[in-house]
Amino acid sequence: MLVQQILFVIILAATGYVVWRRARGIARNIRMGQGELQTDRPGERLRNMLLVAFGQKKMFKRPWPAILHFFVYIGFLVINIEILEFIVDGIAGTHRIFAPYLGGLYPVLMNIFEFLAVAVLASCAIFLLRRNVAKVRRFWSREMTAWPRLDANLILTAEILLMIAILTMNAADQWLQVRTPEKYPASGTLFFSSMLMPLFNEMSTAALVVTERVAWWFHILGILGFAIYITYSKHLHIVLAFPNTYFAPLKPRGQMKNIEVVTNEVRAMLGLGDAPQTGAPGRFGAKDVNDLSRISLLSAYACTECGRCTDECPANITGKALSPRKIMMDTRDRMEDISRSLAKGGPGLDDGKSLFGDYITREEINACTACQACVEACPVMINPLEIILDIRRYIAMEESGAPAAWNAMFQNIENNFAPWKFPPSDRFNWANEGSRTQ
Amino acid sequence: MAELAAQGRSPEVLFWVGCAGSFDDRSKRVTRAFVKILQSLKIDFAVLGTEEACTGDPARRAGNEFLFQVQAINNIQVLNGYNIKRMVTTCPHCFNTIKNEYPQLGGNYAVEHHSTFLQRLIDEGRIVLKEGGTFKGRRITYHDSCYLGRVNGVYEAPRAVLAALDADLVEMKRSRAKGLCCGAGGAQMFKEPEPGKKDINVERTDEALNTNADTIAVACPFCMTMMRDGVKAREKESEVAVKDIAELIAERQGL
Repeated sequence: MLVQQILFVIILAATGYVVWRRARGIARNIRMGQGELQTDRPGERLRNMLLVAFGQKKMFKRPWPAILHFFVYIGFLVINIEILEFIVDGIAGTHRIFAPYLGGLYPVLMNIFEFLAVAVLASCAIFLLRRNVAKVRRFWSREMTAWPRLDANLILTAEILLMIAILTMNAADQWLQVRTPEKYPASGTLFFSSMLMPLFNEMSTAALVVTERVAWWFHILGILGFAIYITYSKHLHIVLAFPNTYFAPLKPRGQMKNIEVVTNEVRAMLGLGDAPQTGAPGRFGAKDVNDLSRISLLSAYACTECGRCTDECPANITGKALSPRKIMMDTRDRMEDISRSLAKGGPGLDDGKSLFGDYITREEINACTACQACVEACPVMINPLEIILDIRRYIAMEESGAPAAWNAMFQNIENNFAPWKFPPSDRFNWANEGSRTQ
Repeated sequence: MAELAAQGRSPEVLFWVGCAGSFDDRSKRVTRAFVKILQSLKIDFAVLGTEEACTGDPARRAGNEFLFQVQAINNIQVLNGYNIKRMVTTCPHCFNTIKNEYPQLGGNYAVEHHSTFLQRLIDEGRIVLKEGGTFKGRRITYHDSCYLGRVNGVYEAPRAVLAALDADLVEMKRSRAKGLCCGAGGAQMFKEPEPGKKDINVERTDEALNTNADTIAVACPFCMTMMRDGVKAREKESEVAVKDIAELIAERQGL
């Protein structure tokens, strides 16, 4: 037992260290972005987080996947309470340490955990079928290349295996409770795993002990491995959905963020204010991830690639290159590429590449209708439009590279105060034309 | 507006016409329909006339922040100069920019889209639509404007206005928060679409035609253009009309 205890503590500490290092790296990447994460109006932010992340409010716009997802989510939250017992047992070398203390409550809790385990198992199996057999469109669009598809399948398979481990462990344990009750405290009858008991009927007590231990270790190692894996995966949304909904901008949806430097300059130009302070104004708009706001970068890590944004994007629906999900995936990939480069002593941001150009193309950016369907669709309040508009600002103001038709429109506004080529003196003509046409 | 100001008067409400409403032939008819409603109710309103200028919305959404700010700050100068407090506009893009973006630059106005404005007039009993008028038996489907609906949460007002017409209202599959864009937003109105399988306005028009409505009601000048082009592309101009909600009210009133 002592060997197992030492091993457990070492593995637990190592996992903690790896996860901490990854978390630090991700935080560093997010801090590449502009400005601070906003914390004003904490009441509203807390409300958003509770309703949208904790309460899954926006998921329920599509009820069926929402119900299945809700099982996996609740299962994950609740079964993790059991992990607490696993950890205490693992360190102290005890077995089901909470059973004697909780008395009659323990079997109730265990049965709830088992019910959720079965619900998670079934939901994940249906999710696998939806992805791989029913081939729901949003899981197969262009940006869903080999890795994103594998990532999703790995997660779902891992969850199924972890749930099977819990049920196997409990089934073996219930036999051991019968055969050596002095070592295995009674957990009471567990509805689901007791149905598996006949499978282990023929096993010797020694084999049962091994089965129970293997299942226990498989489950806890699986959970710890999962904790490391999600930091490299789209699945990080299980953690970052919470801060993302908390820090999501509270400004009106129709308001683009103001560029103060431009306001000062325009006011000075129009003789309405003092000349702007000299000094580098920085870059207008975004060419690379470090030009984006921190909330956009946090959002990129919070995205789980569900593709509801892309599914509702009018440009994507009609076959254009734009996919709002890809915008978020590219942003995360760019950050990860930068930190990988830095870890190897490479140039990082200065590798001659940039988010716009090497990851996201002009065609994608130019296809957006700013209709906010993606913003509305996201279950965790990610705003892909913000990134698109930031890049448009870079293209128009730093590169003067907007499409020719837009440059003509700019010129019309500048000269005629209207996006079309009509003289401003004709602006009131509609009033006189009325009597003629009617 | 300049004339009123010269007389030392200030209107109850300023009608912000917008560029499309001022220059686009089809949208000018919407402008006139809305003005007729205002005049028939003896509402004290004014327009800026030649002093109005683009709000800057298309420039901003196309990335030209500098040009947007020049337009916005100039417009705010004019509006504040006339001490304007209340505004109404028939364009959801102007509405959004004035409502959500001008305050940051010193322009604070109670601005309304004409859908909520008309709804209130109906609710207050100022617009009275007698029962069993010319709209009995007509099928109307309402196309949500993104900048009115999804962006500013106005879904019910245009529907309430249409409901008052006493016609049959039918919904498209994608409506309200899930409404599909007409394809003109984000300054797409001013350029050709990027390469793809289908034009967005045709996709949306097909959905509207599937409802078998004889009228596609819109509340935005850009949606008007896009939906009309879509109807033309499907060669349905003789069967299906695209009308702004103000035109339908004016028509029902015999204005």
